[in-house]
Amino acid sequence: MKRLILLLTTATLLAACAVQAPPPRAAEQPQPAAPRTLTIMTHDSFGASEDVIAEFERANNAKVVILKSGDAGSTLNKAILSKDAPLADVLYGVDNTFLGRALAAGILEPYNSPALADIPDRFKLDPQNRMLPVDYGHVIINYDKAFLKDKGLAPPKSLRELTEPQWKGMLVVQNPATSSPGLAFLLATIAAFPEGSDYDWKRFWQALRANDVYVSPDWSDAYYTQFSGSSGKGPRPLVVSYATSPAAEVFFSEGKLEEPPTGNLEGTAFEQIEFVGILKGTKNRDLAEKWVDFMLSKRFQEDIPLQMFVYPVAKSAAWPEVFVKFGQPPAQAFSLTPEQIDQGRERWIEEWTKLVLK
Amino acid sequence: MKNAELRIEKPPLLNSQFSILNLALAAPALLFLVLFFVWPLIEIARVSFTPSEISRGATPFSVLLDPAHLRVLWFSFWQAALSTALTLLAGIPIAFAFARYRFAGQRLWRALAVVPFVMPTVVVAAAFSALLGPRGALNAALQSALGLDQPPIQLLGTLPMILLAHVFYNVAVVIRLVGGFLSAFDPSIEEAAAGLGANRWQTFRHVSLPMALPSVGAAAALTFLFTFTSFGVVLILGGARFATLEVEIYRQTAQLLRLDVATSLAIVQMAVTLLVGWASARLEARASAPLEARPTRDIRRPAASPAARMLVAGSLAFIGVVLVLPLATLSWRSLNLEGNDPLRYYVALSENVRGSLFFVPPQTAIRNSLIFAAITAALAMLLGLPLGYAIAQGGRPNANGARLARLLDALLLLPLGTSAVTLGLGFLVAFDRPPLDLRRSVVLLPVAHTLIALPFVVRAVLPAIRSFDPRLREAARGLGAGPLQALRYVDLPLLAPPFIAAMIFAFTISLGEFGASLLIARPEYPTMPIVIYRFLGQPGALNYGQALAMSTLLMIVTAVSVMVIERVNERVAAQ
Repeated sequence: MKRLILLLTTATLLAACAVQAPPPRAAEQPQPAAPRTLTIMTHDSFGASEDVIAEFERANNAKVVILKSGDAGSTLNKAILSKDAPLADVLYGVDNTFLGRALAAGILEPYNSPALADIPDRFKLDPQNRMLPVDYGHVIINYDKAFLKDKGLAPPKSLRELTEPQWKGMLVVQNPATSSPGLAFLLATIAAFPEGSDYDWKRFWQALRANDVYVSPDWSDAYYTQFSGSSGKGPRPLVVSYATSPAAEVFFSEGKLEEPPTGNLEGTAFEQIEFVGILKGTKNRDLAEKWVDFMLSKRFQEDIPLQMFVYPVAKSAAWPEVFVKFGQPPAQAFSLTPEQIDQGRERWIEEWTKLVLK
Repeated sequence: MKNAELRIEKPPLLNSQFSILNLALAAPALLFLVLFFVWPLIEIARVSFTPSEISRGATPFSVLLDPAHLRVLWFSFWQAALSTALTLLAGIPIAFAFARYRFAGQRLWRALAVVPFVMPTVVVAAAFSALLGPRGALNAALQSALGLDQPPIQLLGTLPMILLAHVFYNVAVVIRLVGGFLSAFDPSIEEAAAGLGANRWQTFRHVSLPMALPSVGAAAALTFLFTFTSFGVVLILGGARFATLEVEIYRQTAQLLRLDVATSLAIVQMAVTLLVGWASARLEARASAPLEARPTRDIRRPAASPAARMLVAGSLAFIGVVLVLPLATLSWRSLNLEGNDPLRYYVALSENVRGSLFFVPPQTAIRNSLIFAAITAALAMLLGLPLGYAIAQGGRPNANGARLARLLDALLLLPLGTSAVTLGLGFLVAFDRPPLDLRRSVVLLPVAHTLIALPFVVRAVLPAIRSFDPRLREAARGLGAGPLQALRYVDLPLLAPPFIAAMIFAFTISLGEFGASLLIARPEYPTMPIVIYRFLGQPGALNYGQALAMSTLLMIVTAVSVMVIERVNERVAAQ
């Protein structure tokens, strides 16, 4: 027993030591003054190049700590719940579907960044600049080119066409109650078939349900396990995903694919814009401003596409070749204002759940 | 064989000394639970039930008036009961086979049975889809063999799929707990029954099963709670039509930010947990009878009779087909994806092509996983074993503080039945000021894992400690051994199998990154499951291939760790 306890205690201590000392990062060089720490709270999908972040750290004598805090909704909740003792200086990753809630919670400080000059006005949804646009993307239906060709089907040209019999059992969507692209797609259908019209979104979803739509809880399951066009080789040829997914398929094929195996269905897109903001109560306001400027600068903006597979908002940012060739945004996208979304979200999700799942 | 007949009478003075000792044994674990479990829950309840923009006056009573919530509660309950029954049905014969018979590769088979326990649900869903899905291997084979147009097996997104997945995940709990218990105690009573003319079924039904009942009760309670609070399995394999309370709590928190409703539902879930804890504690305490402990090597014998051979073969077939085959399908895919060089995706794990800040070399992920798992196992055993002894001894019918011990026993399962989402938010509001601003501390990771592992450890060792005939230990004391010596030379060697089972689950609970969502904001100490989730977050063959490769590494690391833990502990115990 003693040996067992000894063994366990030693293991614990050793392990604790190992955890205490993470390997030093190459980017950290000795500085005359100790670097200040800047903490960024964000969602699990955040990505960036090592050398881009290192550049910011060098230029500002800072150490950047990234706190990944779950999906976009959970991250925002944690920021709201910790507003009396903020966990971070900056919050990144709130999108237009959650913007209203973030602004209403009063957790952000306005900042009129000079870098906003390089950003088209249509992305600036908060006139007080508490949340500043960083990137945008489109939730859209992807289709499996080979599957459709095999069956002799032309890709559907509208949302409405998905309710026709030839598409029975072919579409995979995500549950809007548990998935952010799922919510965006529900919003697209609400914008396309507005409430109060003859054929409203509820009728559309009733028809989809009758046409055997499959509901996945999240994007990973939908794309890899249910969708036939991915490497997971699932059973169904249509999936709610992103407009950049076909480009990503080429990029991650390691030179095997010259053309994407999948395509986007025009007329099914919903635009998502992601925002950054300075958290109220930060003790590093000046450094936080520098970070916001940096995220909107050409250097960071050009890093965005291949790290997060969304589009940079800055006009001056150049796109990588694979985006230019295969990742063009759709010609049209549905949209709703943050106020509309904020007022309707809870009720729409409830109604959708009753309609489609019960 | 009633407990009362063999009760050891002690003078009152000794008794009160015992209760002080028991209190001292239980204290570290109780302090841990108060600090990291009770306090965060009180804090989150305070925030949730204070009127604000995130709280609009729902209470645990008002949420139960909503028929939709009642339906969710009812579904959570009966699917868990059914899952538990099926898991016991599959697990008990296998546990029996492992405990009573010796056969080639026994250790490996037992380790393989634990592997499903750590696998991320999204990977398991992919595995079942690759095997049973509309375009899966089985359907393809059946279609070509029978000349069918449509795939004959339509399991995904159905209730049977949820049940199958719950058996897949939890059967190891039954195999280990019941098997560990059975292989610590003398089977001669079974032989005596056989000698008296009982057939195999009668012996099993009237001797072996009642003997193992305390451990069956513990395994049932744990399985019930894992499936009652099931999140990923119900969400992903149930195809979104089914919801447990845990799913509803997540929905209310993450999408709707209704903390009052979420916390109310979490309280309802805890109330059910308490009932289950109470029922199982009573069952286990009543059913336990003093048994004679014997070293495992004297208990297992070769499977000589045809019936014994059939039992062993059937057990291995079950493990092979239900547990190993789906996962092996994925590993096979990781070697064959897109016609690439078989090891391509394993090599790619070490390449940071995009220069990403979040790149994690595989050895780092494996190291982090193992470190956290080792700390969790150590912490859970150091806190859990003494607590187990305190509850078992303090709970004897005539002991001082018996009521307290029995109450502890019933309360103990609560962390397993507590919503991870709620507790995670509790951490956020409870640990937000010095000296305990732990919100960003890496310490919270093993702490969160230990919260789940601790009840598991205590429940796993309690039946064995209770059934352990105290006369053996008292004989050692009578010969002049101190209490620690008695523990080391009497309890430990003889009770090794259930103790090892407890340690293995504490280790694997952490390895499987249970309660990852508990962590409010984690700094960069990515573990293997986190890396797998990351790869599955972006499209493309390279991401999918690497996710499969990392999943395969996780399977290997799990099986090897389990075998090493068994081996090392058996050596220590045998010395």
